[in-house]
Amino acid sequence: MSAAVGTSAEPSETAGSAAKSAPPAAKRARGEFLFFALRSKKFVIAMAILIFLALLAIFGPIIDSTDPVAQAGEQMRHPTLDAGNWFGSTYFGDDVFSQFANGLRASFFVGLLGGGLSAIIGMLVGFVAGYKGGWIDELLNMLTNIFLVIPSLAVLLVIAAYLPPEWHGVPFEAVFIGMTSWPWAARAIRAQTFTLRNRDFIDLAKLSGRSGGKIIVFEIAPNMSSYLFLTFILLFGGAILIGATLDFIGLGPHEGMTLGLMMYNSVTYGAALQLGIWWWFIPPGIGIIALVGALYVMNVGLDEIFNPKLRDI
Amino acid sequence: MSLQVSDLRVYYRTLAGDVQALDGATFSIEDKEIMGLAGESGCGKSTLGNSLIRLDGRMRYVGGTVTLDGTSVPIWDDDAMNAFRFRDVSVIPQYAMSAMNPTRKIGKMIQELLESRGENFASIKPELMRRIDLVGLKEDVLARYPIELSGGMKQRMVMVLSTLLNPSLLIADEITSALDVSTQRAVAETLVSFRDHGFVKSMMVITHDLSILYQTADTILVMYAGKLAEKAPTTTIIEHARHPYTQALISSLPEVGVRYTSKKLVGIPGSPPQLLDPPSGCRFRARCPLAFAKCVEEPPFVQIAPDHSVACWKVSGPNA
Amino acid sequence: MLSLNRVTKTYRVGTFGGKELVAVRDVSFDVNEGEVVSLIGESGSGKTTIGKMVLKLVEITRGSIVCDGADVAGIHGSEVKSYYRHVQGVFQDPFSSYNPIFKADRVFSLIRSEFFSEVPTSEWNDKVDAALRSVNLDPGQVMNKYPHQLSGGQLQRLLVARALMLDLKILVADEIISMLDASTRIDVLNLLGDLKSRGLGILFITHDLSLGNYISEKTVILRRGVVVEMGDTDKVFGNPKHPYTKILISSVPQLHKKWADVEAEMEARVGSEAGVCLYHKTYRPTNVVSDGPDDRPAMVKVEDDHYVGCFELGHGICQL
Repeated sequence: MSAAVGTSAEPSETAGSAAKSAPPAAKRARGEFLFFALRSKKFVIAMAILIFLALLAIFGPIIDSTDPVAQAGEQMRHPTLDAGNWFGSTYFGDDVFSQFANGLRASFFVGLLGGGLSAIIGMLVGFVAGYKGGWIDELLNMLTNIFLVIPSLAVLLVIAAYLPPEWHGVPFEAVFIGMTSWPWAARAIRAQTFTLRNRDFIDLAKLSGRSGGKIIVFEIAPNMSSYLFLTFILLFGGAILIGATLDFIGLGPHEGMTLGLMMYNSVTYGAALQLGIWWWFIPPGIGIIALVGALYVMNVGLDEIFNPKLRDI
Repeated sequence: MSLQVSDLRVYYRTLAGDVQALDGATFSIEDKEIMGLAGESGCGKSTLGNSLIRLDGRMRYVGGTVTLDGTSVPIWDDDAMNAFRFRDVSVIPQYAMSAMNPTRKIGKMIQELLESRGENFASIKPELMRRIDLVGLKEDVLARYPIELSGGMKQRMVMVLSTLLNPSLLIADEITSALDVSTQRAVAETLVSFRDHGFVKSMMVITHDLSILYQTADTILVMYAGKLAEKAPTTTIIEHARHPYTQALISSLPEVGVRYTSKKLVGIPGSPPQLLDPPSGCRFRARCPLAFAKCVEEPPFVQIAPDHSVACWKVSGPNA
Repeated sequence: MLSLNRVTKTYRVGTFGGKELVAVRDVSFDVNEGEVVSLIGESGSGKTTIGKMVLKLVEITRGSIVCDGADVAGIHGSEVKSYYRHVQGVFQDPFSSYNPIFKADRVFSLIRSEFFSEVPTSEWNDKVDAALRSVNLDPGQVMNKYPHQLSGGQLQRLLVARALMLDLKILVADEIISMLDASTRIDVLNLLGDLKSRGLGILFITHDLSLGNYISEKTVILRRGVVVEMGDTDKVFGNPKHPYTKILISSVPQLHKKWADVEAEMEARVGSEAGVCLYHKTYRPTNVVSDGPDDRPAMVKVEDDHYVGCFELGHGICQL
């Protein structure tokens, strides 16, 4: 990941020293950000897709208020792509669109909670390890490595086997993902903190009597704000993807509906592949790809926007 | 043959507009002449030096001509310049420490460089070895990686490399600034020896350090805020400068032997103007102790004595 | 006021921290009130490390630094803050000393929140104004601006103003001039002279001998972490004894004398030519085997307030 530390940097000394009369950096930064943001095709397209999906997730279940797991009528009702349901119905007669919209909601939720949790843990570990160094760094490194090496699938299997089913819902899945996918974020943040902590302004903060914690929160983190934002977006997308994967192999929640679960149900229980009920598993598949893909593309676009060296002016 | 620059203008493109970093430079460098280009940050000396060899993405050629040995140099055309770079015009960059590929042995890097230019490495090698010896490096340096050399050694290696094809014009961009005092002297003396040995015809030494120029350069060109201020032989500039800026600059330099208690030096109040929207007239006007009414008009860079040109109304104008 | 006693700093290097790198070795000197002490050395001399040890940014391995009677290494926790009331530092790169995403005057609010939290706003603003004026800065020009909107000289002076808001006794100035333009250097340098007359003790760390000579009463010359010569500035510069000092002085590019002339002068005045010190010829910071008292060069008194670190001289072998 390229080092997008700090906001808009100046061009060379000669040009920069002459551009001093320009408006203060914050205003310029925002103006510059918007300017480049709107110029970046990646950012604009990705943002559009995300906004669309978010609206769908928020309003979809409200518009189509069918219970996603209410089965219509008797079992083995013939699954059709009829005009009654927008995406047709499943093998069990469920409204596919309703499932899709609710699943989308659940995916956003997993992304937020799971991604958010791993971001917080990653930041805590990364900042402290990067700033303090020494034996604290060694200890936290060891912890990070342990979490990296733990086969999370196996752990999840064990936990799932012992967990009472009513606890095994979407929130649980989100928390589990949050607690196992923070290591790489911690690593990345630690590396950035290393480069920042030797700068003179950190020394100056120490000379002003600031404690380590305050320095991390008020000096280092703000300098890395764009980087932290990018990291969060990646974690967000990653959590959704991991969630969908877990669901698809059967380790998903037993309550609620997610996109991955739709695919799992369709293949495992609904024999969708054999029967050709494509409207059951293709929408969720596309949904996941669109969501995660848009997030990653937006990440790349934002990287270009934040890092002046990648811009092509 | 020599270098002739006429009314060269190069601006920087920024979001806020064009920064008029180099605004009309006219001067010439004769064969065997080492010209020092001095000035403070933002004066345009780096822009001038860089524009003669490579305009980078943000620089915009606005006007003016450059002639080297009678041939016009197309600095605005990056591809056409390829024929000139390294052969006719060469540069020694400031941070030589970073100029060499760290993953290549030095000998291999030189070989690749020469071959990419269509030169036969084997035929140049004897000369290369001779020069390496001349600058005080050992033969085995070709088998080493850049990281194994000290700063001064790397600088000298880059100097040999840049002058290998005997360019007509060598641009040395702040080559001594990042070095220790004892290495500075060795590198500066090596630079002069290149001219003495005939490896380069003329040299442009860009630096903010006038004292290094005193030791090495034949003539000095002082720049201020994108414009030329004064050009004269070295001794004249140092001892009999006419432009108020040059005078103020020289008198603000501390020397060994001068103490604060005995003679308090004075700086120049204020700071250089913004080049985004430069002031009209003489750009030094706001800080000049001798500024008067005529200074709202831009003073031309005129010759006041053989080899001595100044851009100042007080010196060259009717009130002089 | 500030007293360094046989201060040593070693780092662990190499795989598994097997080797020891001695960055600073047995350095002793004092900084008194109203006095500027120059700590002169090239890169790798350990001068910045010494500055950081005084500022408690780096731990001392052996030896002691005593400030106003208190051992600096023994200060912990909340006492560190009171230490920083009396001892502050300014660093080399003005643009790196400021957090680039915040305004420059945030350095004042940092001080306020840590040291002056009970002071009412209007009184605080008056204090800030007064501090700025005492370093010749116009509050209207520098307050409420971002670092890149100010010049290097203004930023450095702002940092000095910040330090002055505390109850400053010792200022560690680590190469604070080297990144400034020639015309602004003198202003900052004269400011240091002014502070000196107000009773401050200043540790002026630099690689530039002419600056050290200009501003300081005492000079300490470092090479690879070891003091080679120290004492009254006029005596060290006027009568250099150590071969390294002689090399340094004769390598400084001067503005009115060529290098060859400076060398000849020195030879005539001081007698022997600048040679290589026998001890330093073989001294490497990593191959220190033992560090018993016999291994290091003793500081030998050459004349009143002028000492040379020379093993041979102390034993009567070298006839400097």
